[in-house]
Amino acid sequence: MAQLFEFEKPIAELVVRIAEIQKFSAEKGIDLSQEVATLEKKVALLKKEIYGNLEPWQKVQIARHSERPNFYDYAPLLFEDFTELKGDRLFADDRSVAGGIALFHGIVVTVIAQVKGKDTKENIKRNFGMPHPEGYRKAVRLMDQAEKFGRPILTFIDTPGAACDLGAEERGQGEAIARCLLAMSGYHVPVISTVIGEGGSGGALALGAGNVLLMLENSFYSVIAPESCASILWKDTTKAKEAAAALKFTAQDLLRLGVADELVREPQGGAHNNLNQTADELSQVISKYLVRLRSESPEVLREKRYEKLRTIGFFHETADINLTKDLT
Amino acid sequence: MFKDIFRKTKYVTIKSGQMQNRTPSEVSMQEESVSVSKKELPDGLWVKCPKCGEVLFNKDIEENARVCTTCEHHFRISASARLALLVDENSFEEWDAELTTLDSLEFPGYEEKLIEAQEKSGMTEGILTGRARIEDIPFVVAINEASFMMGSMGSVVGEKIARAIERAIELRLPVVIFSTSGGARMQEGILSLYQMAKTSAALGKLAENRLLYISVLTDPTFGGVTASYASLGDIMISEPNALIGFTGPRVIKQTMRQELPKGAQTAEFNQEHGLIDLIVARTQMRSVLARLLRYHQEGAQYGATI
Repeated sequence: MAQLFEFEKPIAELVVRIAEIQKFSAEKGIDLSQEVATLEKKVALLKKEIYGNLEPWQKVQIARHSERPNFYDYAPLLFEDFTELKGDRLFADDRSVAGGIALFHGIVVTVIAQVKGKDTKENIKRNFGMPHPEGYRKAVRLMDQAEKFGRPILTFIDTPGAACDLGAEERGQGEAIARCLLAMSGYHVPVISTVIGEGGSGGALALGAGNVLLMLENSFYSVIAPESCASILWKDTTKAKEAAAALKFTAQDLLRLGVADELVREPQGGAHNNLNQTADELSQVISKYLVRLRSESPEVLREKRYEKLRTIGFFHETADINLTKDLT
Repeated sequence: MFKDIFRKTKYVTIKSGQMQNRTPSEVSMQEESVSVSKKELPDGLWVKCPKCGEVLFNKDIEENARVCTTCEHHFRISASARLALLVDENSFEEWDAELTTLDSLEFPGYEEKLIEAQEKSGMTEGILTGRARIEDIPFVVAINEASFMMGSMGSVVGEKIARAIERAIELRLPVVIFSTSGGARMQEGILSLYQMAKTSAALGKLAENRLLYISVLTDPTFGGVTASYASLGDIMISEPNALIGFTGPRVIKQTMRQELPKGAQTAEFNQEHGLIDLIVARTQMRSVLARLLRYHQEGAQYGATI
């Protein structure tokens, strides 16, 4: 059975009890189907109640689930012939970023994705999904090609954040991310970004400034990890749960804030419970937006992307304060 | 309708107009420097250099652009003090000072922090933007204010930068941005994060219009600011010894259990790794910027003599 969270335990307990009753019933030859049916109904209700009212922190747990599908799980279901292309031509190939060309609903697209590992060994290889500058430079190289050949760009976000070690600093992590943002703002092709798991700060944003932002419904996308936020606010990393609520970073929050455009349904309890179903939902929603964006002219695509970014954020605009005027 | 993708659901929570009615006291350069020295030495006459330990006359370093007269350590200075050191007298016209912050996430403690920051800095937000001249050459300037929540970028800072850049395009002026920032502002969550994309996209338009952008990194510049506008200069300048990076040294130490070598993330380290063009002392900044701006004036292209 998949890794269970504390909040899922009441469901699991009932499921175990049903199994016990069924076993007992079979062994003793007593008909308990009535009881089983009642309990099964109860399970269904409980699931609806628990999964329908997930708190932000519970969503974080689901988004970080060790068995949550990663890009390589989705790729064969979303695309025909995903051809991976590697390297930034400057330093190395970053294995926390996958990129290439594929067919999506018969359309040739460029695909860029962040990839976390499923186990320790793979996570070490992929640096826990935390890209180094070479990962972002690979992304820019492949996206530039997409622009050159007129291919739509699909990006998939799933990272705790950009790599934060000395090597990343030496090779210009900040500059590498900034170049991604700059490059993406200039393209004349459709850019659709989808958060499939964790969207960790600037490292995630580097692939997220497209025409459209989609989010799997249990994914989150935050300026800072809830643990770090708790550490700054309350000097206490165990208050991550409170920080998760304060940061308003769930897919539903981002939709309300005008940052995300649409949420993609997940099976009850999270994407890991049904990969095929999740891939199917993803495929449909991405395709819907791709069809819409393809009907726009290249210039309009670029302008609308700019307009979208330009309108994110809220502030007051009042004329009565001008404190710093005439300082010189 | 396709249009609907771009239509955002408004999610605005205005709290009783508390913020826009605040009028923090004006802080002059002198007052600011007194408050700095107060922390270090009680009488305000003296200041101890944190780098070389030398006790200095406050007045002496004031006259030396707040640079230590012994070891050339660059003290942090306010945006208004920097402006005064930099631009021609009476040449500054401020833009968008009326933009003030909205606590749109109702983030715990944010309003108090904002009020505190306004009182401390005498500014309404963490950046000063406008138009000015250096040696009579007009340009658009933006200067982060460190004492305003560590110059962090929220919706207002991002918007002011984007507007300044867009106006620079209209006026066909070069842009110089002085950054000092801890990065994207946590209290505005995802909205802060997207200011990185907003400012970078605006700089993309500036570049397309073949207008110069000089980024001047000052101590400290980190996080989302390094990962956006601060790293996109046609020319990258830094003040000596400024700390510049993506991840802060403490976080690197904690998460990677990696001890950074001495001098890591300084301006000099960044220059050595190919990330910065020039390291310019504050006392020389005006003349260096004047030269660079002059070389990029309209009419200086295609081998024309200037």
